[in-house]
Amino acid sequence: MELLLAIAVGFLYATGIYMILRRSFVKLIIGLALISHGANLLIFAAGGLTRGKPSLIPEGEEQLSGMYSDPLPPALILTAVVISFAILAFTIVLVKRTYQEVGTDDLDAMRTTDR
Amino acid sequence: MIVGTLAAIFALALLAPTLHRVLGKATGYVLALGPAVGFVYYLTQMAATATGKSTSVAWTWTEALGVDFSLRVDSLSTLFALLVTGVGTAIVLYANSYLDGHPKRGRFFGYLLGFMGAMLGLVLADDLILLFIFWELTSITSYLLIGFDHEREKARKSALQALVVTGLGGLSMLAGMILLGQIAGTFSVSGIIEHHHVLTESPLTLAAMILILGGAFTKSAQFPFHFWLPNAMEAPSPVSAYLHSSTMVKAGVYLVARLNPAFMEDHVWQWALSCFGGATMLLGAYLATRQTYFKKVLAYTTVSSLGIMIMLIGLGAPQAAAAYILAHALFKGALFLVAGIVDHEAGVKDTEQMGGLFGKMPITAVVAIISGLSMAGLVPLLGFVAKELMLKGSLHAHGGPHDIAWLWPTISTIAGAFMGVAGLQAGVRPFFMARTAEGEYPKHPHEAPPPMLLGPVVLTGLTFVGGLFPALFANKLINGTTASIAGGHEVELVKLSSIYLATHPSMALLLSGVALVASVAIFVLRRPWRTITAPLDRLTTAIGCERIYHLLFGGTVGPVSLATVQTKVLQSGYLRVYVQITVMTALLLAGGLLLWQGGLTESVSQAMPRFGEIAWTELLFEAVLVAMICVAAVASTQMRGRLSTIAVLGVVGYCSAIIFVLFGAPDVAMTQFAVETLTVIIFVLVVYHLPRFAVYSTRLGKVMDASVGAAFGLLMAAFVVSSFAITADDGISWYYNHHALPSEAGEHAAYGRNLINIILVDFRALDTMGEITVLGLAAVGVYTLLKLRHEKPAQGGVA
Repeated sequence: MELLLAIAVGFLYATGIYMILRRSFVKLIIGLALISHGANLLIFAAGGLTRGKPSLIPEGEEQLSGMYSDPLPPALILTAVVISFAILAFTIVLVKRTYQEVGTDDLDAMRTTDR
Repeated sequence: MIVGTLAAIFALALLAPTLHRVLGKATGYVLALGPAVGFVYYLTQMAATATGKSTSVAWTWTEALGVDFSLRVDSLSTLFALLVTGVGTAIVLYANSYLDGHPKRGRFFGYLLGFMGAMLGLVLADDLILLFIFWELTSITSYLLIGFDHEREKARKSALQALVVTGLGGLSMLAGMILLGQIAGTFSVSGIIEHHHVLTESPLTLAAMILILGGAFTKSAQFPFHFWLPNAMEAPSPVSAYLHSSTMVKAGVYLVARLNPAFMEDHVWQWALSCFGGATMLLGAYLATRQTYFKKVLAYTTVSSLGIMIMLIGLGAPQAAAAYILAHALFKGALFLVAGIVDHEAGVKDTEQMGGLFGKMPITAVVAIISGLSMAGLVPLLGFVAKELMLKGSLHAHGGPHDIAWLWPTISTIAGAFMGVAGLQAGVRPFFMARTAEGEYPKHPHEAPPPMLLGPVVLTGLTFVGGLFPALFANKLINGTTASIAGGHEVELVKLSSIYLATHPSMALLLSGVALVASVAIFVLRRPWRTITAPLDRLTTAIGCERIYHLLFGGTVGPVSLATVQTKVLQSGYLRVYVQITVMTALLLAGGLLLWQGGLTESVSQAMPRFGEIAWTELLFEAVLVAMICVAAVASTQMRGRLSTIAVLGVVGYCSAIIFVLFGAPDVAMTQFAVETLTVIIFVLVVYHLPRFAVYSTRLGKVMDASVGAAFGLLMAAFVVSSFAITADDGISWYYNHHALPSEAGEHAAYGRNLINIILVDFRALDTMGEITVLGLAAVGVYTLLKLRHEKPAQGGVA
């Protein structure tokens, strides 16, 4: 499964970079979203995968023992998911507003502050 | 008290703008008290330090690095501290009148006193790193002062040039100082000098020495870095007088003098100092004769004088160097102030356009002629004493290459003759010769106000008195400093009190006479001289580093600079170019490292056998999920419609959420589901306000971008694979696991069963607060973007 995830990470980064390199502002945001998905999966896969054993301490025990999935990567990803959502929401509105003001979503047309 | 003098000046620097607002015209008088008190303090120290005593204070600063905040006052420091505070007092008073009515006078005082504090710290520091910090501080304040008149492009460019040249030299010096500290085992300057025998054993000493000289030579405008100093004349005159003659440019000389006891037996040290110093002396003095602008004449003679000081230290003539440092500060400081007065009161900068000013400003004229003649080395001024010592020193050179010993008196005499020409050009031409230029002076020339005259008059008075009674300075200042420069070594001291009592004409006196006759001859024939030497200009500009500077950083010479090219390439303003460059660099560096280290195939084979351990149905399910992610990702790049693109993006998000569920991270999965849903909703809400996808790129551009993307994707996949081989130390997770619940009563614990949960809200709660802050900021940003309406400026004419 780790190998499969590696492939998924590769695809997400490749498509994400491709979209960021577009001139359209909207496509840039989609690229950002793809890359943040890729980054989440990268952290997840690199932390090592354990099938179906969430890091929950069962009732009556004081700590987990034996094989359990490492809680650290999910904790990091959880933070990343929330922050990338915040950024995404902000950029979506930014694009909308920019388009209203400038009348284009061509990034090349936004190089200077002069219109 | 030593720290007090330093702290007071820095404090005044910070207060200056506020004080100026409150006190207005009187600011300068108040601010001058700071350096004046310092001056008096160092005067009281003079007698003690002259006998070889020193006072020091030290605090441990960064213990782990062995860096101390230590200051030390010995004879050499006292000489420089007196120059910094004494000339500084005069400059503050002068500048107060010079910039009268200037709106930024308060800021100017802030910069000036900031520089003064840095310079004082530099000459007092007894720790190499501390010295470096003050050194750089003088570079920065000098940048602000040269560029004070920042609305003129030339002032800005000159300021930047001075900063770049001295800054690069400073970096080289830092490297040298760290090396030196490593070799000697201490950063303490006095410690290094005390244990200098260690230096001779290390092969790295040579490197350290050359690197440190790089700093000293750039700061003190030695050939081939001399070009920045004349350009720095864009600064207001008080700044030129202070920084570019009496103090800052002497920092390099100070450093060389300070470290001389440690290196003086090294032949490379002697050679480097005497050769570069000699070349600078000759070139600077020659170029000075080619100038007619008052400040430029002075600037080139300053370059020459700095060369003389460096050369004299290299030749093993510390007494001459010490005397010259003092004499030069007095006559050159006064002359720069005179240049400022003439520019201020008559409005002319070219000495050939002046004349007959003696009648209009007699005090200034007397100051100018005495200082100018001191520069020319005329009896009975301090400049003569210094020149005698210099010629004696070059005749009996102890250091430097011996087989060309005839060279030093020869070039010293030639340079002395050129200096004489400059002295006459600056001290005599504007005041005592008839004005030949057409028309009236742009301003009505008159005598400067008393505060502006005070500095020049006192400096010139010292030049005069010091020349008549050289013994006055000899014991307390010059001979003490000589001992500091020479370290523990014996030096022959010329008895200054009997310098006029030579019983038979000495060789030095003869050379001095030859130089003086030559000066007068060249000065009288200065017009033909300038015409004859004009063809040499191509040569003199070609041998400096100025061309290289312009090539690198742009300027008046050379069509395109490296800076312009690299800005055009790297700072194109196109977002995708930035991304491309970043991605390519990452590919090259990280990909190269990955290939170089190898071991990818092992990682893959390590991950392989795990396929067998699980049921194929499970594997198939996961494979389908991954395939969906891949297909959806590719599809999102190809979709034409906005809604369908958002839909496939949702597929990616939901599929990765399912993966989180499968591998034991239900919390992440829940968040991912919620966030993904919200994202899609937001997208859908604004989607009709968004533009339709337009095709901007060509097919070739798309293929290029796709290959860049593919390469980067491959790299990231390879990263994931290579991480399989690393068995991470799970100490952190182990800690969290064992502190989730208390194992015994009263133990500190997080009291939670969900490990991910307690990491977020307990162990790393501060991070989570940061995350919430980001969310909050984003929410505020979204709200303002949606609500705030920018009033468009009314456009006249066009409806």
